[in-house]
Amino acid sequence: MHNGTKIISVDPRRTSTAQWAHRHLPIRVGTDIALANAIAREIIDAGLVNETFIARATAGYEAYRGSLDRYTLAFAEQETGLDAGLIREVAHLYARADRAMICWTLGITEHHNAVDNVLSLINLSLLTGHVGRYGSGLNPLRGQNNVQGGGDMGAIPNRFVGFQDIRDPEVCDKFARAWGVPQKNEYGMTMTQMFEAIEHGDLRSLFVIGENPVQSEADQTKTEQILSSLDHLVVFDIFMTKTAELADVVLPSAAGWCESEGTVTNSERRVQRIRKALEPPGEARDEIAVLCDLARRLGADWGDISAEQVWDEVREMAPAMFGGMSYARLEQEKGLRWPCPDESHPGTMYLHERLWDNPRTGPPVPFNIVEHELPIEQADAEYPFVLTTGRRLADYNTGVQSGGFASPLRRSESVDMHPDDVRRLGFADGDRVRISSRRGSVVAPVRIDPTLQRGLVFMTFHFQDDVSVNLLTIDATDPKAGTAEFKACAVKLEPVEVVVDHELPAHAGIAGD
Amino acid sequence: MIAILPPTAPARMVELEIDGVEVGALEGSTILDACRANAKQIPTLCFLDTLHPVNVCRICVVEVEGSRVLVPSCARKVEPGMKVRTDSERVRHSRKMVLEFLDSSVDLSTTPDVADWKTAYGCDSERYGPPALPAPAAERDHAHAGHHEPPDPDHRATVAQPVKIDNSLYVRAYAKCILCYKCVEACGTDFQNSFAIGVAGRGFAARISTEFAVELPQSACVYCGNCIAVCPTGALMAKPEWDKRSDGTWDESRQTQTDTICPYCGVGCTLTLHVQDNEILKATSPFDQTVTSGNLCIKGRFGWQYVQNRREDEPSA
Repeated sequence: MHNGTKIISVDPRRTSTAQWAHRHLPIRVGTDIALANAIAREIIDAGLVNETFIARATAGYEAYRGSLDRYTLAFAEQETGLDAGLIREVAHLYARADRAMICWTLGITEHHNAVDNVLSLINLSLLTGHVGRYGSGLNPLRGQNNVQGGGDMGAIPNRFVGFQDIRDPEVCDKFARAWGVPQKNEYGMTMTQMFEAIEHGDLRSLFVIGENPVQSEADQTKTEQILSSLDHLVVFDIFMTKTAELADVVLPSAAGWCESEGTVTNSERRVQRIRKALEPPGEARDEIAVLCDLARRLGADWGDISAEQVWDEVREMAPAMFGGMSYARLEQEKGLRWPCPDESHPGTMYLHERLWDNPRTGPPVPFNIVEHELPIEQADAEYPFVLTTGRRLADYNTGVQSGGFASPLRRSESVDMHPDDVRRLGFADGDRVRISSRRGSVVAPVRIDPTLQRGLVFMTFHFQDDVSVNLLTIDATDPKAGTAEFKACAVKLEPVEVVVDHELPAHAGIAGD
Repeated sequence: MIAILPPTAPARMVELEIDGVEVGALEGSTILDACRANAKQIPTLCFLDTLHPVNVCRICVVEVEGSRVLVPSCARKVEPGMKVRTDSERVRHSRKMVLEFLDSSVDLSTTPDVADWKTAYGCDSERYGPPALPAPAAERDHAHAGHHEPPDPDHRATVAQPVKIDNSLYVRAYAKCILCYKCVEACGTDFQNSFAIGVAGRGFAARISTEFAVELPQSACVYCGNCIAVCPTGALMAKPEWDKRSDGTWDESRQTQTDTICPYCGVGCTLTLHVQDNEILKATSPFDQTVTSGNLCIKGRFGWQYVQNRREDEPSA
């Protein structure tokens, strides 16, 4: 920014990023497609599309343009609550920039139409050619140190390592030959689908590694019921989490990042080494060793393998992405960004450069027609507020890690509200109030926050042992990606009288005491 | 139509002379860069590769032919034909004075290399007399520029004062502060842009301060600890290191340093874990790592305690 970069922050809350931004667009929760499509229409109407790029590298432009008819600035203003002039200004800034990047995180993806939200942003980059060039592009900012790596390694239901399609018979054959075990060429289940399968009795055992779904999933009451109905639950974790408490067997794990060897992959696709700095406590053991033991008990003796041997197999099975990334190079070059197919390849700073080849190489990139859809639950007479959940700087997810250190920035859970709403309901700052959705109810103190919109309340999910915010959230999920709509559900707020504490649901606690 | 820019423009080579030897250096680099590339040892305190030079400590000065005054090698760019002397009598004398003034007024006991420099430049800080009594807590925080006491001819003035411990994560021992500005730069426009601290006061009353000298929890501090990372004297120190040094159990000979990746977000900062007796005591990040150039956030620098806590309540199968 000190060098002149303009940041446009699209966020329902006036966050610290928004305060630094050139323009802040305080969008109404869940109207991202209305905004993106209106920006697209404005870019087209103003003649700011990159016609050469569209003609050469993309497909489906005419149909996409046709689908934008109703997305006028006036329509977007009405749906998003943003000033039409501001939307127009941002459309022009984006289209006219030499280089422009769209970065997003869970505000885009924690919706029932998460994939459509992302596609609407991809469309903007295709319209303007802001992709495949240095300084331009699309950048999902990862929330964990190995979200990218998890997907890269095939810890997703439809891909082997290196995003190789499980349904591709040749790919399937390759892995079957390498591993000496036939591979089913059908997709597995997303976590959401697994939970449905457990509900229907089709999935009876679950092995959970390093995840705390009881506290991280939407609609906690239902999640607990589902996990409790299993025949067998094994949890492999560094902590005795709420999920581990439900398990038949708990396997204590070494902390991957500092008590074992391996790699993680960050948001810029950089594969970096993690190293063992200390011995794990008690009976906790290295994850690979435990998995090898488990395989042995199940009748497959893999021997004792090191993290480097596992990595070398990754390189062998997905050479186009990882072939050139030896441990020696990762050490020497402080990480490498994939694709890095051979030892002389420097790694790749940005993707999709081929889209600028003339003539085009490879298939054209399609525009995707996506339509504006509001969140499943809207504020109504009975539940007049929208609850959106999110994070704070010093805390992390359900707090099992970040809860371990004494942060001077930490304050306990609160329900953050616009001062006008606080006044209208007759609350005062710090009053304990009951927040209820159609699924559950919790009690938390009110915190006045002028950075919020009227009608919107904000809570974190960092202090679930005290205030189980995910009792409130809705388990509406995206049919394509399985992501839940943590960012929007309808709630009501009522004063709490001190005597009703004992009547609260079992998991609702009192924060701030 | 659309510029496709390379990340950096190529630089030309510049020829100059250092201590009588012809050397080449990249255009735009500093005398210090050229000296280090040619194995010339130059002491530095306020300099760091990743910060803008502020030229305040004057320890890195060198003589440049044709220049009336000594120049700070950390900031002065190389020029064609420049003749530099890094170890002349004038340079050595100047460094000796800088070191004596600092050493006589500031506690440099945890500043690396300073003992060697004092020997090399023949420093004698004791010649300024015995130290004055330390200032009571907070007195220096409220000193006003221009309010001078008559000098005490029998004692040397110092910045000695009690350590500030006002939060659980790090301490501020301003008795060790040489006012190098690094923490201010790291907190401000160079790294964090939090602007929680600045230099208050003038002359000998100058000190690093939060706004109105409030305690850190009342300030704009976000506890990234990037100020600790750049502090050259140990004035800013993470609490576990401070505690272990205070009770005499800090023992670097028993410590290992292992580079790994932060367990929190997707940025992928390198964490160097300083481990003593199977216990993490400190997390730092290497300045030459391109991901964040040595910078961390509160979670990376301090958020590893949970690994330790598991040792106290041993999990079992």
